[in-house]
Amino acid sequence: MAKKQGDIKKTTTTLFFVTILMFGFGYAMVPLYDTFCQITGLNGKTQRVIETKGEEVVVSNREVRILFDANVNGDLPWRLKPTIKAIKVQPGKFYDATYSVTNMSNEAVVGQAIPSVSPQIASLYFKKSECFCFVNQLLEPGETKDMLVRFEVDRDLPEDVGALTLSYTFFRAKGDNS
Amino acid sequence: MSTLAHEHDHHHAPSGLKRWIFSTNHKDIGTLYLIFALMMFFIGGAMAMIIRAELFQPGLQFVDPQFYNSMVTVHALIMIFGAVMPAGVGLANWMIPLMIGAPDMALPRMNNMSFWILPFGFALLISTLFMNGGGPAGGWTMYPPLVLQLNDAFPFLIFTVHILGVSSIMGAINIIATVFNMRAPGMTLMKMPLFVWTWVITAFLLIASLPVLAGAVTMLLTDKYFGTSFFSAAGGGDPVLFQHIFWFFGHPEVYILALPAFGIVSTIIPTFARKPLFGYASMVYATASIAILSFFVWAHHMFTVGMPIKGELFFMYATMLIAVPTGVKVFNWMATMWKGAMTFEAPMLFSIAFVILFTIGGFSGLMLGITPVDFQYHDTYFVVAHFHYVLLTGAVFSLMAAAYYWLPKWTGYMYDEKLAKIHFWLSAIASNVLFFPQHFLGLAGMPRRIPDYNIQFADFNMISSIGGFAYGISQLLFVYIVIKCALGGKKAKAQAWEGAKGLEWTVPSPAPFHTFETPPKLTKAMLEN
Repeated sequence: MAKKQGDIKKTTTTLFFVTILMFGFGYAMVPLYDTFCQITGLNGKTQRVIETKGEEVVVSNREVRILFDANVNGDLPWRLKPTIKAIKVQPGKFYDATYSVTNMSNEAVVGQAIPSVSPQIASLYFKKSECFCFVNQLLEPGETKDMLVRFEVDRDLPEDVGALTLSYTFFRAKGDNS
Repeated sequence: MSTLAHEHDHHHAPSGLKRWIFSTNHKDIGTLYLIFALMMFFIGGAMAMIIRAELFQPGLQFVDPQFYNSMVTVHALIMIFGAVMPAGVGLANWMIPLMIGAPDMALPRMNNMSFWILPFGFALLISTLFMNGGGPAGGWTMYPPLVLQLNDAFPFLIFTVHILGVSSIMGAINIIATVFNMRAPGMTLMKMPLFVWTWVITAFLLIASLPVLAGAVTMLLTDKYFGTSFFSAAGGGDPVLFQHIFWFFGHPEVYILALPAFGIVSTIIPTFARKPLFGYASMVYATASIAILSFFVWAHHMFTVGMPIKGELFFMYATMLIAVPTGVKVFNWMATMWKGAMTFEAPMLFSIAFVILFTIGGFSGLMLGITPVDFQYHDTYFVVAHFHYVLLTGAVFSLMAAAYYWLPKWTGYMYDEKLAKIHFWLSAIASNVLFFPQHFLGLAGMPRRIPDYNIQFADFNMISSIGGFAYGISQLLFVYIVIKCALGGKKAKAQAWEGAKGLEWTVPSPAPFHTFETPPKLTKAMLEN
C-alpha cells in the first residue's frame, strides 16, 4: 500500500514536470516562429545584406515594379510618405528610395519603422543594405526628414512576381514615453 | 489503501460549511464542482440573454457596444472555463473513483484546492465588469493589440486565466494519478469504462495545452507592463504569433470540452439500448487519435491571417482527417443502438440528441475547415452557429444527460421523469430555433461580435432571440427538477437503470460517503464493456 502512495507521487511528479515543460514550449514557440518566418518569408520581413563594392554585378534584364507604401501607427503623431510612388527596377542592381517623415507634434519623439513586403514570397528576395528602419529615428518638434532606403531585388525572384509592394509602418519606439 | 482510508476511519465528516470548505472527499468535491458549474451556467446564460435581447431588433436598444462586447467575451470565458469544464471535472470526481473501484481520488487535498481556487478566479473575472473602462471586450481569444487596450481589467483577466489554468491542471494531474494507480485489481486499462478513458485523454490534453495558454497570456502581461515585445510590431514582435500560440492551446481545448461528452454518451447509450457499446477498442483509439490530431490543426482558426498556400493546405487536410475518428464514434453509437431494446428516458433522449446535433456541428466544422470557403465564413455567425452546436447541443446536452443518468446515484431518489422529458423537448426545440437560423445569417454575411446589424438580418435574428429566451427559461426547469430530486421522490435502487453496467451501480443509492475502501472483487460480467 505504501507502494501505491509512492506510485502516485511518481506520476504526480512526472506530470508536474510535463506541465513546466509545456509552459516552456509556449515560450519556445517564439524563436521557432521567427525561424519559420525567416525561412518562408511568412510575415513579409525583409532581408538585410552588405553591399559588396567593386564586384562585377550581374544584372538581369527583367523589370520589376516596386510600389512604396507608408503608414503611421495611431500612437505616433507623425506623417510619412514615399517621395515617389513607384519605380521600375532591374533585379541584381541597387537602388535608392526616400521617404519623407514629419513630426506633427510639439515634442521630440522617437519612432521605429517596421518594413513589410507583399507578396510574402518576395520578401525573401528583397534585400536592403541601408534603411532608416535599421535604427530608431528621433524627430524634433515639427521637423521634417528625408530618409533613405537602399535595396536590391535578388535575381532569383520567382518569375511570376512582376510587382511588389514595400510598406513601412512607423510606431512609437518602445520605451519612448514622451 | 492505507493512508487515505485510514484517515477517513478516524475523522467523522465535519458538518455544515466546514464539511464543504475542508472536504477531501471526492463525492463532496464533485458535488461542489457540479453546483458551481450550474451557477456559472446561469451567470453566463444571463449574459447570453443580454446579447440576444440586444440582437432582437436591429439598432442599439439596451446596452452600449462596449458593454455588449464585454458580454460576448465574458459569456465565452464563463461558459468554457466556468460551466462546461468544471461540470466535466465534477463528473470525473464523482464517477471515476466509483467506476474504477477506488476509495477516493489519488490526491484528495489537491482536489480540494483545485476546486476552491475556482470561485476566486471567477470573482476576479466578474469584478472587471464594474471597473474603470469595463470588462474584457476584445473576445475570449484575447488577441493583441486589441486586448492590450484594456484598462484596469487587463491584469485581472490575465490572472483569471492563470488561476483557472492552475485549477484545471491540478484536476487533470489528479485524474491521471487516480486512474493510473488506483484501479481495482483486474481492471486493466482496456477494461475501463469509456467515460474514464475519455477523461484520461482529456486530462493529458489539459496538461499539454493549458500551460501554453498560461505562457501566451504571461507574454501579453509582460508586453503591457514590462516592456517586452512578443506581440508588438514596434519592438520587432508579431501579433500573429499570439494567434498561433493561442490556438495551439485553443484547438485541443475544444476537445477538452468535447471528449468527456463522448465518454458520457458512450456510457448512456448502451444502458438504454441494452446492448454493450459497439466497438469499445475502436472508441478508445478514436478518442486518442482525435486528441493527438488536435495538436496539428490549430491554424484552421486563422486561415485568413495570410499563410503560405502550403500551410493552408496542410491545416485543411489535417482538419479533414479528424472527421475520420469522429465518424468512427458516431457510427459506433448508431451501431450500439441498432436492434437494441431501446427505451427513451431523459438521459437517453439527451444522448440521442447529442449524437444528431453534435454531428450537425461537426459538419459545419468541416465546412469551416475547407480553406477557400472559410474566407467567406470567417468571423461570421456561421462560426457562432457551428461552435454552439458542438458546445451547447453537444457538450451541454451530454452534461444534462449525465446529470439525469447519475442523479439517482447521487441523491438516492429518481428524478421526475415527466418533467425531465419536458425539459428535454423544450431544450432540444429551443436550441435549434436559437442556433439553426444563425447558419443562414452567417452565410449571408452577418459578422460576429457586433451589437447592431443590417436590416436584412432582422427576421432570423428575431427568431434566434426567441429561441434563446425559450432555451434560457427552460433551463430553470432543470434546476427545479434537480432540487426536487435531491429533496425526495421515488427511492432509487442500487442499480437505478435496468441496463446499466459498471461498478458505480454496485454501491447503494445514494452512494455512501466512503465507497470501495477495500477494493471490490470484479466478476467477469462487471468487466464486460
